[in-house]
Amino acid sequence: MSDKTIYAIYDDDYVLLESAKHLVAKGVHIRDVFSPFPIHGLDPVIGLKRTRLAIAAFIYGMIGVSLALTGMWFFMIQDWPLNIGGKPNFSLFTNIPSFVPVTFEFGVLCAGHGMAITYLLRNWTLPGFKAKNPYPRTTDDQFVMEIHASDSELSAEEIKALINETCVVEIDEK
Amino acid sequence: MHKEAAIREPLILGDDVTYSKITEDVLHAIEHEPTKLWKVLMTIATIVALWGVCSILYLLGTGIGTWGLNNTMGWAWDITNFVWWVGIGHAGTLISAVLLLFRQKWRMAINRPAEAMTIFAVFMAGLFPMIHMGRIWMAYWVLPLPNQFGSLWVNFNSPLLWDVFAISTYLSVSLVFWYIGLIPDFATIRDRAKKPVPKLMYSLLSFGWTGNAKAWQRFEEVSLVLAGLATPLVFSVHSIVSMDFATSIVPGWHSTIFPPYFVAGAVFSGFAMVQTLMLIARKAMRLEYIITVKHIEYMNIVIIVTGGIVGVAYATEFFIGWYTGVQYESYVYMSAGAATGPYAWAFWSLIFCNFIAPATLWIKKLRINLTWTFVLSIIINIGMWFERFDIIVTCLSRDYLPSTWRMFFPTWVDIGVYIGTIGLFSVFYLLFLKFFPVLAFNEVKTILKSSGERYKNMSDEEFKKLHPVFKKDIK
Repeated sequence: MSDKTIYAIYDDDYVLLESAKHLVAKGVHIRDVFSPFPIHGLDPVIGLKRTRLAIAAFIYGMIGVSLALTGMWFFMIQDWPLNIGGKPNFSLFTNIPSFVPVTFEFGVLCAGHGMAITYLLRNWTLPGFKAKNPYPRTTDDQFVMEIHASDSELSAEEIKALINETCVVEIDEK
Repeated sequence: MHKEAAIREPLILGDDVTYSKITEDVLHAIEHEPTKLWKVLMTIATIVALWGVCSILYLLGTGIGTWGLNNTMGWAWDITNFVWWVGIGHAGTLISAVLLLFRQKWRMAINRPAEAMTIFAVFMAGLFPMIHMGRIWMAYWVLPLPNQFGSLWVNFNSPLLWDVFAISTYLSVSLVFWYIGLIPDFATIRDRAKKPVPKLMYSLLSFGWTGNAKAWQRFEEVSLVLAGLATPLVFSVHSIVSMDFATSIVPGWHSTIFPPYFVAGAVFSGFAMVQTLMLIARKAMRLEYIITVKHIEYMNIVIIVTGGIVGVAYATEFFIGWYTGVQYESYVYMSAGAATGPYAWAFWSLIFCNFIAPATLWIKKLRINLTWTFVLSIIINIGMWFERFDIIVTCLSRDYLPSTWRMFFPTWVDIGVYIGTIGLFSVFYLLFLKFFPVLAFNEVKTILKSSGERYKNMSDEEFKKLHPVFKKDIK
C-alpha cells in the first residue's frame, strides 16, 4: 500500500494527549505532533527518547574551562609573567584563585553558546529556513498528529476509524 | 491534568480565556497600527536619546575632561551609571532563570519583558566603560589579542578584566536565552501575518520553527540548562562588578560584604524597574488579566526581601566601620563621611528611598496598590542610583589625604550621557513593545489549565464535559 500521511487535528492539548494514548494502545504509531506549546507527558507516549543536549552543554562547558585555563597559563605565566605590585606570577597553581572568575565566565559562555548552536542545528532552524508545520494554526491553538500508514500494521482506513472514535476536529490526508 | 492547590490565587483571570484569545490579545500591538500614546512616548524617547548620542559624540571628540572628573574623583557618574544599569539588568535573568529552576508559574507572564529590559540595560551599562576609555576605537585592547608590544597581554588578575568577561558573557548568554524563547512566538506571528513584509520579516526571525514534539522537547531542555547556567552567572556578574571596588584599598570600598550586598541591591533595583515598565505596559496593552495584581504583589515581595538584605548590609557596613577600629573606615561611616559630610543629602536620600519607603510594602494594602507600587518603584530606582553614587563619590571625595579632598560636580555632558542612556533604553523598549511578542504567550498557554481562573474552579467532571476525549462520551 502507498504511504499515506494522515493528519488528525485537535483543538485541545488534553484531548490530543488522551487520544494519543488510546491510539498507541491500539497499535498506531504516531510519527509526530505539532503544537503551539510543549504538551507535558506526550514524549513517552509517542516514544520520544530524552534529548542529549544537556550532555553536549556539559562537554562545551568543559572545553571552555580548559581553554580559559590554558589561555591564562600561557598569557600570564608562560609567555610574559608580569610582576604586579610585588606579586609575580610563578605557576598556574598559585595564581588560580584570581583565574576563577574568568574560567567560570568562559565556561558558561562556551556551554551556553555551544548548546544554543547545537539546538538550532538539531532542530534545523536557522534564519531563512522554511517552516514545515502542516497547518499554520498549529502555532496558535491547534494540535495536530502526523501518522504514516506504513509505520504500523493497520491500514489507513482502520487508523482513521480509530481516530474517529476520539473527539477529533478534522482528519486530513495527504 | 495537573492541578494546583485551590488556595493559590489564579494567575490568568477571566472565564472566557482560551488559547486563541491569549494569542489575539498579546499580538494586538504587533498586528495593529501603533497607538497615539506609543507615538508620543517614542518621540520623547527619541529626542532624549539623540541628546545622549550628541553628548557622547562631543565627549569622544573632545575628551574625558568634559566630564566633571578631577585627580581625586577619577570615577564618578560614569561608573555609577554603569553599576546602576547592570543592576537593573539582573531582575530579568532572575525572573527567567532562577524562577524557572524553582518552577514558579508566575514568571511566565513577565519573563519576556523583564529579559528584554535586561538586555537593553546591559547594552546601556556596557556603553559607560567603553566611553570612559576616551578612545573608544581602542576598546578591543581589553581582549587578549596578539599585538605589536611584545605581545603584551591583558592582566587576568584584575577585576576590571574579569568585568569584561562577566559582562560580555552575561549579555550574550542572556540574549541567546531570550531569543530561543522568542523563536516559537515569532513563528506564531509568521503564521498569522497576512501582509508580505511582516510575513517575510517574521519568517526570518522565526528561523523556520515548526513546533513538533521533538523540537519542543529540546526547547524545554535548552531552557532548563540555560537557566541553570544563567543562575550562577547572574550572581557572578554583580559579584565581579562589586570587586571592582572591593579589591581596591579606598576606605569604604575595601569590604568583603560587597558581593552579596551588590547582588541583592541589583535584584532590588531590577525588580523596581520591572514594576515601572510592567505597570505601564499591562495597562496600555490591556493585559491586566495575564499580568495580574498577584504578579505585582509577588514582585513586591521580592522587593521586600532583597530590600531587607540591602538594609542589613548597610547596618553591617556601619558596624564593621566602627568594629575594625581603622580610622579611615570609621571616618567614612561615622564622622564627617557619609551621614553628615558634604554628601549627606545623597546619603539620606538613599536611606529614605531604599530603606524607609520600601518598608511600606510590609502592609498588604499598599503592596497590592498599583499607584503606590508605581511611585515606589520610581523611588527605588532613584535610591539605587544614589547608593552607587554614595559608594563611589562619597568614598573617593574623602580619601587618605585631606589635601586631596575634592567635590564632584557633574557637567552637562555627564548629565546628557546619563539621561541619554535612559532615552536610548526607552527607544529600544518601545520598539520591543511594538514589534516583539511582549509576553511569552505560548508559555503562558501551558499554565492556563493549571492556574487559569476558568479552569481552577472547575471540577473534574466539568472539565471532562468541556473537553471530552471520546465521541461516545458525548451525550
